[in-house]
Amino acid sequence: MKVQQISIFMENRAGRLAAVARLLGTTGINIRALSLADTSDFGILRLIVDKPEEAKKALKANSFTFNVTDVVAVQIPDEPGGLASVLEALQAQNVNVEYMYAFVEKCGGKAIVVFRFDDLDGAIGLLQGAGVRVLSRQEVLSL
Amino acid sequence: MPAMIEKKSKPDIRIWQPECECMERSALEALQAERLRLQVERVWQHCPYYAAKMREAGVEPGQIRTIDDVRRLPVTTKADLRDNYPFGIFASPLKDVVRLHASTGTTGKPTVVGYTRDDMQVWSDLVARFLVAGGLTNEDIVQIAFGYGLFTGGFGLHYGAERVGATVIPASSGNTERQIMILRDFGTTALVCTPTYAVYLGEALKQAGVDPEQLALRLGFFGGEFWTHAIRAKIEELYGITATDNYGLSEVVGPGVSGECPYQDGMHIAEDHFLVEVVDPTTLEPVPIGELGELVITTLSKKANPVIRYRTRDISRLNSEPCACGRTMRRMAKVTGRTDDMLIIRGVNVFPSQIEHVLLQFEDAQPHYLLVVTRERQMDQLEVRIEVSEYLFSDQMRQLHDIRERLQRKIDSALGIRAKLTLVEPGSLERFTGKAKRVLDLRNSEIPKN
Amino acid sequence: MKFLQPLQETMSREQLRDVQGERLRAVVARVYRDVPFYKRKLDEAGVHPSDIRTIDDIVKLPFTTKEDFRDNYPFGLYAKPLSEIVRSHASSGTTGKPTVVGYTKADINLWADCCARTLVCGGADRTSVVQVAYGYGLFTGGLGMHYGVERLGAMAIPMSGGNSKRQLMIMRDFGTTHICCTPSYALLLAEVAEEEGFDLRSLGLKAGYFGAEPWSTSMRKAIEERLGITAIDIYGLSEVIGPGVSSECLAHRGLHVFEDHFFPEIIDPVSGKPCPDGEKGELVFTHLTKEGLPLLRYRTRDITEIDHGPCDCGRTFARMQRVSGRTDDMLIIRGVNVFPSQIEHVLLEIEGAEPHYQIIVDRRGTLDDLEIQVEVSPTMFSDEVKKMEGLRKRIAHDIHSTLNVTAKITLVESKSIPRSEGKAKRVIDKRDMN
Repeated sequence: MKVQQISIFMENRAGRLAAVARLLGTTGINIRALSLADTSDFGILRLIVDKPEEAKKALKANSFTFNVTDVVAVQIPDEPGGLASVLEALQAQNVNVEYMYAFVEKCGGKAIVVFRFDDLDGAIGLLQGAGVRVLSRQEVLSL
Repeated sequence: MPAMIEKKSKPDIRIWQPECECMERSALEALQAERLRLQVERVWQHCPYYAAKMREAGVEPGQIRTIDDVRRLPVTTKADLRDNYPFGIFASPLKDVVRLHASTGTTGKPTVVGYTRDDMQVWSDLVARFLVAGGLTNEDIVQIAFGYGLFTGGFGLHYGAERVGATVIPASSGNTERQIMILRDFGTTALVCTPTYAVYLGEALKQAGVDPEQLALRLGFFGGEFWTHAIRAKIEELYGITATDNYGLSEVVGPGVSGECPYQDGMHIAEDHFLVEVVDPTTLEPVPIGELGELVITTLSKKANPVIRYRTRDISRLNSEPCACGRTMRRMAKVTGRTDDMLIIRGVNVFPSQIEHVLLQFEDAQPHYLLVVTRERQMDQLEVRIEVSEYLFSDQMRQLHDIRERLQRKIDSALGIRAKLTLVEPGSLERFTGKAKRVLDLRNSEIPKN
Repeated sequence: MKFLQPLQETMSREQLRDVQGERLRAVVARVYRDVPFYKRKLDEAGVHPSDIRTIDDIVKLPFTTKEDFRDNYPFGLYAKPLSEIVRSHASSGTTGKPTVVGYTKADINLWADCCARTLVCGGADRTSVVQVAYGYGLFTGGLGMHYGVERLGAMAIPMSGGNSKRQLMIMRDFGTTHICCTPSYALLLAEVAEEEGFDLRSLGLKAGYFGAEPWSTSMRKAIEERLGITAIDIYGLSEVIGPGVSSECLAHRGLHVFEDHFFPEIIDPVSGKPCPDGEKGELVFTHLTKEGLPLLRYRTRDITEIDHGPCDCGRTFARMQRVSGRTDDMLIIRGVNVFPSQIEHVLLEIEGAEPHYQIIVDRRGTLDDLEIQVEVSPTMFSDEVKKMEGLRKRIAHDIHSTLNVTAKITLVESKSIPRSEGKAKRVIDKRDMN
């Protein structure tokens, strides 16, 4: 149920984002989801890609600082209140969300939300218990 | 009253200038009268400002013979000093002034104070007096964590410690890691700073894993702000030291006006250099010894800028009982408030600091509170709003209710009038940068609908 | 007032040599007896105090370096028991620990004399009003000049550093005639005065005593013009005493070294051999009179040259030129000495920080800016912004508490700092000092 996410340290200057995108592109890696958290001088680019192992190899070869974290992808009905019901279920059990980001699936009309929790396994159990659909790794990569 | 701290029965008594500090009262009063006469004569001749004020009040130097005659003289206020900025009240020519200091803080023009070479000598000795009274010797290593500069605190303590012959480490304020490093590596035995910083530094030591027992520290001299016996107890426990209080204000000299002896029961006033009165802040009439009132200070020896009956706005009381340490100088209690923010409610003087003292018995941290005064049907009403801190809060209704009851009783007995007590949410009282606003007096305005 | 101490300041060179020789004999005998470090050092060098007869014998003595301070931290080099030390000051060390210096009562008096000499060199006398805008505290600048003003009998205004508007208000209202600060701060004051619309040149300001950081001829010209004063270059370092080691006089022909207390030599930094007058080399000082912490042949790492010829002012003391550089990589930022090794030390202390860093010093406007770029290694990296921000804050905080200077910390991508032959270039100094 856990999905590998690659986080890359990036200076906040022109061209850095493009450099990563180009590197992954020329290596034939597809980005499935991404989010950029930034401050005034640096940013953290978080990616879910179709071929994580190859992406890691390419990043390493090009001296990027990155790490790999496990996250959870959850499918949410793409309708008003969809996200709120998931968050309420988490809040009820005091599960701490470190960060999250969302994207909308191309054809299915469903929203996908990626979560990072401090207690990942606990959160997965809880979400499933609450009837929330947690996507498998394979499902995410083939989106 | 806060819990009294138990002291070892026979403290080590050292006296810097026994010939002055242990003078017979009769000789002291004769000396005060003599110095007062000289001082008045001096300002009459050299300060047109004072001369004009005296003429206005119909007093001439010849009428000042005894110390009680001081009451014939007009008082001086901070506004008077400011109006004569920068050197209008100086009694010595500038070429004889070797040092200038100025009050810091607030906006606008500072209050300027000058020192001649003689003034510097006296000042150093006055600080040396309370340092020695608090236990300092020439073997000590003194870390001065007051800011240096126009503020008199840093320099006053610096020169006093130098006078005693101790090793002075002019650490200045700030940079807590560095202060800790010095405490540890330089073998500091005496710490000088504000009481607030002492608490902060003590906590930081704990966090840094430094055991105060391992330090050579044995004494603390804390001043520059008001502090309670409860905070003293906390500091003494944090460091395992003896902490003494001292008092002074730059307008009269800086630190050195008074300081505690090891009995820690009031601060001995350097009466040979300062004539201190305690007056009712409204009528300016003297209050009986032992009663609270405003301190009014006349400098008896200062040359560069003497002040006559300076209204300090500080509230304290005098104690003329003899002290076991042997000093004959009268003692003043810790300053308990300022007349600036004094309220008169149904004829009773109320100081915000009285509320603070009550709250400090309930909590460790700086309490946040606001006194709201309104007038309903010709009657003054006092409401005390208190933010519920973690110390006051309990999730059990009954306990919260108990705390409220106890607070109410303590506040009523401290103020002598009935106040309405309102507990409010943390952070709901307005904060002002620097100084918290403690009083909202709505008696002469529309009563807001809360 | 021409001289503070005419007897000493104008004595003949022959007489001075005799005084220096006699004092050197005494100080060598004293440190050999009282400082185990020097006993060991002299024994190792095969020199005995009896070998020292005239001042020329000084070349037989071994050098003392800043590392010796570090190895003997905090009080190992003191020659007097702590009960006789009445003051301790500190300056930057090469690692996390500062360089600690101690003074006896006599040292404090001597120091006050030397700073008062400095003030008189620039034309001050007892009627002067001196605003001391060097920082007070462990740094020797503020308290050193302060005691000098007091010794002179002039009026001291202990402003300490910072708060430019207040400095200007005091300058105007109190009738300041002389100011002591860093040269860059003088220019900042000029700038603020211009913004506030008051004319510094119309005040009673006569001269300023500028030191604690390198400055250029163009800066001196700008200061003299914009403040309408004479600029006096002063020199000192806490290991020697603080300010008051040497000072320019109104003839502006170099800085008179107070040679009756501090014996100067210029040496070749590599061979250690003495350089003749007029040749640049490293400045070395030997204490002739100091009690608390007398040093033999202390290597300042400052590069300058010396001239023993006579000066128009009448002082017979040799003159050193303005310091033109360093033999080590020490930087002076806003008057504070900073060693790259201190920064490296801080980064090493932070777990996981492999110290790939670069120090960038610039002067934006009039004040120095210090930026430290730190490469983010995989062990330091976290995918959470708040942890990365926390890391940066921690580095900034630790740097500040060790250096006592605020630095901007920039986290940069790994391998983004250019390496030359595998080793990163540590310092980029963009300030123009010529």
